[in-house]
Amino acid sequence: MSGRHFGASVRRNEDERLLTGQALFVDDVHLEGMLHVAFLRSDYAHARIKSVDLSTARSRDGVVGVYAAGDLGDYWQPGPLLVPPPPIERLEFHEATQVPLARDKVRHVGEPIAMVVARSRYEAEDALALIHVDMEPLEAVVDLEAALTDESPQLHEHLESNLAAHVIQEKGDYAAVADKAPHVIKRRFHFDRGASAPMENRGVVADWDAKSGELTVWDTTQAPIPIRNGLACLLGLPEAQVRVIAPFIGGGFGPKIMMFYPEEVLIPWLAMKHGCPMKWIEDRQESFFATTQERGQIHDAEIALTEGGIILGVHDVFWHDTGAYDPYGLTLPINSQCTLLGPYQVPNYYSEFRVVFTSKPIVTPVRGAGRQQGVFVMERLLDIAARELDIDRVEIRRRNLLAPEDFPHDHEIIYQDSAPLVYDSGNYEAALDKAVEKIGYQKFLEEEQASARAEGRHVGIGIVSYIEGTGIGPYEGARVTIEPSGKVCLATGVGTQGQGHFTSFAQIVADELGVTPDCVHVVTGDTAKFNWGTGTFASRGAVVAGNACHEAALAVRAKVLAHAAAALEVEADDIELAEGMARVKSRPETCISLGDLAVRANPLRGAVEPGTEPGLEATAYFGPERGTTASGVHAMLIEVDPATAMLKILRFLVVHDCGTVINPMIVEGQVVGGVAHGIGNSFYEQLHFDKAGQLLNASFMDYLLPTATDVPNVEVDHVETPSPYNPLGIKGVGEAGAIPVGALFAQAIEDALGPASLEILEMPLSPNRLFELLSEAGHYDSPSEQE
Amino acid sequence: MDETVIVRLSVNGELVERSVEPRLLLSDFLRHELDLTGTHVGCEHGVCGACTVLVNGDAVRSCLMFAVQADGAELTTVEGLTPKPAALFVVGGEGAGGQGTQLHVLQEAFREKHGLQCGFCTPGFLMTLIPFLSHNPSPSETEIREALSGNLCRCTGYQNIVRAVQLAAERLASEPGQAL
Repeated sequence: MSGRHFGASVRRNEDERLLTGQALFVDDVHLEGMLHVAFLRSDYAHARIKSVDLSTARSRDGVVGVYAAGDLGDYWQPGPLLVPPPPIERLEFHEATQVPLARDKVRHVGEPIAMVVARSRYEAEDALALIHVDMEPLEAVVDLEAALTDESPQLHEHLESNLAAHVIQEKGDYAAVADKAPHVIKRRFHFDRGASAPMENRGVVADWDAKSGELTVWDTTQAPIPIRNGLACLLGLPEAQVRVIAPFIGGGFGPKIMMFYPEEVLIPWLAMKHGCPMKWIEDRQESFFATTQERGQIHDAEIALTEGGIILGVHDVFWHDTGAYDPYGLTLPINSQCTLLGPYQVPNYYSEFRVVFTSKPIVTPVRGAGRQQGVFVMERLLDIAARELDIDRVEIRRRNLLAPEDFPHDHEIIYQDSAPLVYDSGNYEAALDKAVEKIGYQKFLEEEQASARAEGRHVGIGIVSYIEGTGIGPYEGARVTIEPSGKVCLATGVGTQGQGHFTSFAQIVADELGVTPDCVHVVTGDTAKFNWGTGTFASRGAVVAGNACHEAALAVRAKVLAHAAAALEVEADDIELAEGMARVKSRPETCISLGDLAVRANPLRGAVEPGTEPGLEATAYFGPERGTTASGVHAMLIEVDPATAMLKILRFLVVHDCGTVINPMIVEGQVVGGVAHGIGNSFYEQLHFDKAGQLLNASFMDYLLPTATDVPNVEVDHVETPSPYNPLGIKGVGEAGAIPVGALFAQAIEDALGPASLEILEMPLSPNRLFELLSEAGHYDSPSEQE
Repeated sequence: MDETVIVRLSVNGELVERSVEPRLLLSDFLRHELDLTGTHVGCEHGVCGACTVLVNGDAVRSCLMFAVQADGAELTTVEGLTPKPAALFVVGGEGAGGQGTQLHVLQEAFREKHGLQCGFCTPGFLMTLIPFLSHNPSPSETEIREALSGNLCRCTGYQNIVRAVQLAAERLASEPGQAL
């Protein structure tokens, strides 16, 4: 589609509200008579609950109710398995999902044990201190490999061990090629946890209207419709009587799609029980324990290559930390497993993983969702291979890239959406060429690096490739309506957390109906307005909901043309839609407004023709058979100061391919924001748990998010390879920026410090950790380096 | 905690008098007593800067102050940057439509340069920048980044915020009628 607005950097419709403080976030909901909830959370990572005494707290002034697990009756039940495992042969999966309030045991620090309802949040928190919980501490389960030994304490009594899953996927015969391969490289890689850290913490407000039997819930969720469906089921209400609103959400990044968080099932229950509105807003410290996290994995990986650096096969055995429960199934490790293959031709692949329960907060996707780890492993293996085989880093990648004629490319394993891992399209070498050219790769290596080294400066370059499976099904829907005022309304089910849906969806619809995007009133995330759909995850909003918006707009366009043809007494083909009017192409003065056509389509007298529907409205759904594969190349120049182990990013370049671009300004914003997240995950952010499972840095003073002085200007360029899997040719972009940054840092730092000075096999790093690695590598052994 | 204290202050030019608990945070006072929910709370320990407001013209983290400490002060929140919108605020998921409010030069620059995504941190950035630009009307990029380094944004990667500040500074310099 090539319209006037589609493809243009249109300013965002939502900004005015956000900039003037008039956008509604969940914590802004204030209802008459509202009560406030606070949660008592476990201080222990693993402990048996012997007794809970609520009596003192209950008698405190201002307290309306205090509840522990036993008070919930039949409502107490483990949450659903959100994503059942895909159909992979020999797959072993053990389910243990989170519970609303811990009953017999706690399994991670921050797991809720009791809740207080009071007149104010202040009073609710006062009363938490009066709850007495008698607990017997148990040994924590922290180390992934130790967790699977016979000596390990066990987290879930109904299971045989701490093993949550065991999966093998393979294609070809790695063992056979490795036997004969001229070159085999084997390394162990570590990836540790970070926080998603949206600026808005989670929150839930629930309002029960007993007279109408309607429950309204405002929830900071990325998936309001599944939350609505689940709550209706749990509470025994018809779905139509439950309205879930995800208003403006202050960033999601994955964890806001977990379902159900304990608070999401408890706050509506409290509202119904007490007959008055209830509010709970997570504070930042709670967020460090109670919101899901990601990225703990250990990989034992091996790559077999020819002398020329052609990949013969990859062998990877890894452990994935799922935390205390596994409600999200296998999405993350399967993403790691599949994304490891990257943009490369890998004829033989053996990948085996074990998912491990640990007494740490629950793990679910965080921007990138397991892909970072896979990309890190593959890119590191290629870097090491390049060094050992004395092949240029870019060249070894180039030799292994899939070519444009290789698509669709079937990797012969199963992806997280249960469909075969098939890449739809791509133009990987073009992106690599563009990045090499724009960053000045050759000139840097041949001239700039040498002259910097002569001055005693440690500058380095990194360049890495990645792919991202995006835009998976099952489906999303949209409804487009033209009202008698001429206003175009668009409703869709996905939630929005800052991606610009109010604008990009409006652009898609505006072109088909001949209006401007600011005339399209977009509603998302309110089940009263649209109640079919899944949610915003897996970089799928623009792909799946975007195409549904397009289909619905086309259907309304057809209705407009039919009514206009009748009104103007010409053929539909002779009519164009522009400036809010349907007009005859050859004589534009003969025209009728969209609003007048809406009136004609919904008359007060006369008859709507049999076989037609009243109004200028259409609902459409789009369900892609499988996801579409976005890709890109990141390149970076850095300078490392070995004395302080600090580094400075001199240039950062992204060449990205997300297929057809709806709004370049928004796409670049997504990419750059992702890069900043990736920089945090690579050099600043790490959740440090001690051996007792205690999180040691649960505040923004100790857990460092990158600031405006840490994130450089990022140059963004595009390659456009439209996806053949959807009519608009769109691929997702929300997570891309974050995915390859760890691999990029590792390569660039090694390059800056000089050949063979250091091999980086872990993420995240930090100045401290880099200093330790340099110390271990003997960098400071000679006196001159210590200065 | 039934003991309350009277506070009198000016908020966005209006005199306000309320009886509050001494422990009530200024951020909660603004948001939940005065319903000025444009001031956001991101960390409640003074790091993220989302709750920044002007207290007697200075950018201050309202989560690190008690309401009683603002007694007698003049406050400006993000709502004070623009005239009140004519239309009533619509509760619900339909957030898109603007109301045609005349935006402040800084707000307009954020909009043009895509300096916000989820928009949660944005009011804090705006309020941090007002005194910064009035003290330093033509800042360098380094100075802008340092001025912003006490405000966290998880969405944008900051560069479009920097560009927005540069644009606002240019406009303030070239259009003498524009005021902060």
